[in-house]
Amino acid sequence: MGHFAKRARYVIKRLLQAVPIVFAIIVVNFFLLQLAEGDAVDVLAGEAGSATPEYMAELREKFGLDKPLIVQLGLYLKNVAMFDLGYSFRHEMPVLELVLDRFFATMLLMVSTILLAVGFGVLLGLLAATGLNTWRDTAISIFALITYATPLFWVGLMLIVVFSLNLGWFPTSGMENIAMFYEGWDRVFDIARHLVLPTITLSLFYLALYTRLMRASMLEQAGQDYVTTARAKGLTERRIMFVHVLRNALLPVVTMAGVQVGALIGGSVIVESVFAWPGLGMLAFEALFSRDLNLLLGIFLLSALLVVAVNLIVDIIYSVLDPRIEVA
Amino acid sequence: MVGFWTRFRRNRSAVLGLLILAFVILIAATAQIIFPEDPFRLAGQAMAPPGESGFLLGSDSLGRDVAAGMAHGAKTSLLIGLLATIVAVTVGVLMGALAGYYGGWIDDLLMRTTEMFQTIPSFIFAILLVAIMKPSIESIVIAIAVVSWPAVARLVRGEFLSLKNREFVQACHTLGMSDIRIMLGEILPNCLSPIIVIGSLMVATAILIESGLAFLGLGDPNIMSWGFQIGAGRTLLRSAWWVCTFPGIAILITVLAINLVGEGLNDALNPRLRERT
Amino acid sequence: MSLLEITDLHIALPEGSQRPYAVEAANLHLAPNEILCVVGESGSGKSLTARAVMGLLPKPHVKVAKGAVNFQGEDLAAAPDARMRDIRGSEISMIFQEPMTALNPVMTIGKQIDEVFRFHAAMLGRERRDRALKLLDDVHLPDPTQIMSAYPHELSGGQRQRAMIAMALALDPKVLIADEPTTALDVTTQAQILKLIKEMQKAHDTGVLFITHDFGVVADIADRVAVMQHGRVVEEGPTAKILSSPEHPYTQSLMAAVPSLTPRPARPRSEDKVLEVKNLDKVYRSGGALFGLGKPAREVHAAEDVTLDLRRGETLGIVGESGSGKSTVARCIVRLHDADAGEIILDGADLRPLGRAALRPYRSKIQMVFQDPYASLNPRTRVGKIIALGPIIQGMSQQEAEDKARELLEIVGLDARAFDRFPHEFSGGQRQRIGVARALALEPQVLVADEPVSALDVSIQDQILKLLDEIREAMNLSMIFITHDLRVAAQVCDRLAVMRYGRVVEEGATATVFASPTHEYTKALLDAVPGKSWTPGSDTFAAQ
Repeated sequence: MGHFAKRARYVIKRLLQAVPIVFAIIVVNFFLLQLAEGDAVDVLAGEAGSATPEYMAELREKFGLDKPLIVQLGLYLKNVAMFDLGYSFRHEMPVLELVLDRFFATMLLMVSTILLAVGFGVLLGLLAATGLNTWRDTAISIFALITYATPLFWVGLMLIVVFSLNLGWFPTSGMENIAMFYEGWDRVFDIARHLVLPTITLSLFYLALYTRLMRASMLEQAGQDYVTTARAKGLTERRIMFVHVLRNALLPVVTMAGVQVGALIGGSVIVESVFAWPGLGMLAFEALFSRDLNLLLGIFLLSALLVVAVNLIVDIIYSVLDPRIEVA
Repeated sequence: MVGFWTRFRRNRSAVLGLLILAFVILIAATAQIIFPEDPFRLAGQAMAPPGESGFLLGSDSLGRDVAAGMAHGAKTSLLIGLLATIVAVTVGVLMGALAGYYGGWIDDLLMRTTEMFQTIPSFIFAILLVAIMKPSIESIVIAIAVVSWPAVARLVRGEFLSLKNREFVQACHTLGMSDIRIMLGEILPNCLSPIIVIGSLMVATAILIESGLAFLGLGDPNIMSWGFQIGAGRTLLRSAWWVCTFPGIAILITVLAINLVGEGLNDALNPRLRERT
Repeated sequence: MSLLEITDLHIALPEGSQRPYAVEAANLHLAPNEILCVVGESGSGKSLTARAVMGLLPKPHVKVAKGAVNFQGEDLAAAPDARMRDIRGSEISMIFQEPMTALNPVMTIGKQIDEVFRFHAAMLGRERRDRALKLLDDVHLPDPTQIMSAYPHELSGGQRQRAMIAMALALDPKVLIADEPTTALDVTTQAQILKLIKEMQKAHDTGVLFITHDFGVVADIADRVAVMQHGRVVEEGPTAKILSSPEHPYTQSLMAAVPSLTPRPARPRSEDKVLEVKNLDKVYRSGGALFGLGKPAREVHAAEDVTLDLRRGETLGIVGESGSGKSTVARCIVRLHDADAGEIILDGADLRPLGRAALRPYRSKIQMVFQDPYASLNPRTRVGKIIALGPIIQGMSQQEAEDKARELLEIVGLDARAFDRFPHEFSGGQRQRIGVARALALEPQVLVADEPVSALDVSIQDQILKLLDEIREAMNLSMIFITHDLRVAAQVCDRLAVMRYGRVVEEGATATVFASPTHEYTKALLDAVPGKSWTPGSDTFAAQ
């Protein structure tokens, strides 16, 4: 069988494996909805200002809210399967529309954050490990230690104080300067300028994480037997580090990058609300304040799906890096 | 025990962390004595810079004392961090031990559950839980514990899985020892070190999550916390930098100290030099 | 003329170690076209000596403190790094004990061989590939083209070691250093690899520095032997001379500890059946998770239709290579694993279907001694408690059990003061004695010993085997003895069952099986025993 066909089968297999997880998340979502005080009818009645108990009962019947829990769960699953995530009464829009509208902004922030965090994390970890116990290693380790302990929102605020308010290099909030009506490359440049601070803020913590992981991983791999073999072959230290050790050391970092995507989206709630970045996180923050649970749950579901997707990509990258993974 | 302390002491940054942590604990314990008044009380002039109008670290837009808030906030952070960790570690150890030891469907269930938790954006999940349960110390502790226990469970499961096949555990089976006794008396003591280490690091993470929740306005409204202070001061960034800055530094230093202690514990408890165990 | 000459070599250990030097005043020389075996037990400094030649001592703590390593007129101990890199892999190369970890797991075999050419010789890609293919062919690997693009995990242990040898010989080095290259391999594979090394050495006129702990291997392969003890070379000379008339007392004791391949005299067989195993079956299943989406389900038939019986006072050996199912059978018998089918009859009762509670009274009748003396004792429990636990569980009073534990410590040759110590304070051999005491505490009728001496140095091994023999005699124990080592089996077992792929292929009295094996596999196993043509001069153990 061709290598490509094998990989395609692997991808399909991994997709199918994600199904039960997505299913479980939807079920959790449903029960969270049940946990919340009051149902959609209460909210609707509250919105309307006045509603008779008879009218509310009628509404409940219409929405199937009088049915046993299990039937309601079935209904909910059916709705989700048809991409119906409910209705946001605050925004007077279907949740799905609202969520998709903000999707791009979050993706942009996430992708740039992952690239920055993983890229620089690997680089810094590599620099620290290759200069073990020199000032370079010490400086990088201290940097990682401190950023690992800093709350995201506080970094964001401090960056705003320094780079926006004092130095005026970057805008304080938003994704683009709408008032300027930029077009084409100007618009791209404008968005990029807005992207800098949120990306740095969100990536700092993960940057520290990957730096530490990469350093530890390099050191661990450097003690393996195959490194001795490579030395016994007369290879240069440079070649051993960059060809033999590096690829092996990357494996746990890649795994961790996948594991951390969920946490990263969580962090984006804070960062987006600090920088008023118009993404899912900001939407979640708004939903939180207006107590719009339907919307919050919709965001939760969509972000979970996003994580599943990113994890799949990470797994495929991993299977390329590590031949021991059974692709077949 | 003596050996542990000598090994721990060798790591100087861990000792530094321990000292800082001791200081934070001292402040938290004596907050009531140093600042006997309610930290939400309007203590005087609003937006006073540090050192002026009798405010050591300044005051916020309502004239609340930032320093007093920080002292009381220390109590909140440590309390929630500790409680959430205790709950998460207890649940995690229990689940992980059962799954790792018995395998089978319990293990399948646990693994799927932790996989789901790895997929769920945990912070959003915590936000949802607190929002649904209404913000209070209990709901915050529960929410943090709910998103934290799977990590402990995975760790403990892995330890139990590898230890249950060790020959000394098999020897206990051939002696006819009961499962409970094998789990508690033989396996658990041998995985206490990693549990202590992950627990200590988890306190730090819990403090970060708590401050994030409070920053978003999901803190217990009756209790002062660092996250709340920063959240309340963010609109004053331009005019009163100190309101946000000092509580942030407090979080940073506390979390850093706990991480340092955790690493020190790791070095002292899990030395790789320890022969073949 | 010497190719390699080590003079007055001192290798310093980091401060605070048990001794200042790992190797002290070592003198060795290696001629072209010769195999020099350096023999010693663990801690003798043999491996570090080899690494010192390569300039591969673990940096920065362990270093050459004094002495010279003269290679063709050049002192390698003083050579700069760049020069050492030139020499390594081209003029001196090395193979290691564990071919799995010694190869980079994420790089193909072809690429790993290619690196040697790329770094030492100016050759075109095409030429390098042809040379690599030829090398793989030379070491008798099947289908070299496919091996080139294979990753280490796709090869068997023996194939990996062949690939390592191909890589080491890529540039026709003058010296090959082999650090226990067959220790991790099964005995039949070991025989093939030894043959290959010898063949390659002849073909290329290489000088081979061969590190080993096994006198059998020495007898098979060495031209000359150097014996090391505590970092010193205590004796050196031609193989024939050392093996027939060793002069140094350490060499003598070491060789005396090697069990002879001549089976010990059989004892009369009792009529009394203690344990019967009938048609035992065990299948391991893995993979095949939810909806069949996991890894494809794998079934390993670890034990298939195994039938054995054990008479009172006799020792039944189960021998075989790794994966033969011998350990599985042992573990099914003591009910650590649940067999799928068959009967395990002890004292008239079938143990196989019994549940935990019903099994408990039978537990004391059948006990086990484990392989790894480090893993078989709980590091956090005091020795006294480890031994006393069994009787306490079976209902003995605390005081009685502790008294018994003290008594047992003396029986297995330890001081009763060991009672309050932790396992890590003891050496491997001492720990194995503790393990034996634990098993004896329940006064079993049957003792199942799963490779009880394979993790121990040969002199310690000898002591533990003697201990087991004494105890068996004194307590009238019946024993099932699992081993991969036919020398040990010859000296310990009254009867032998030879296993392969989960089946017993041959069973009979030890002397009969050794003298006239009927199954092909048994013959192959006996044939592969290292040093089979050599009988240790004085065999103290057989005199028992």
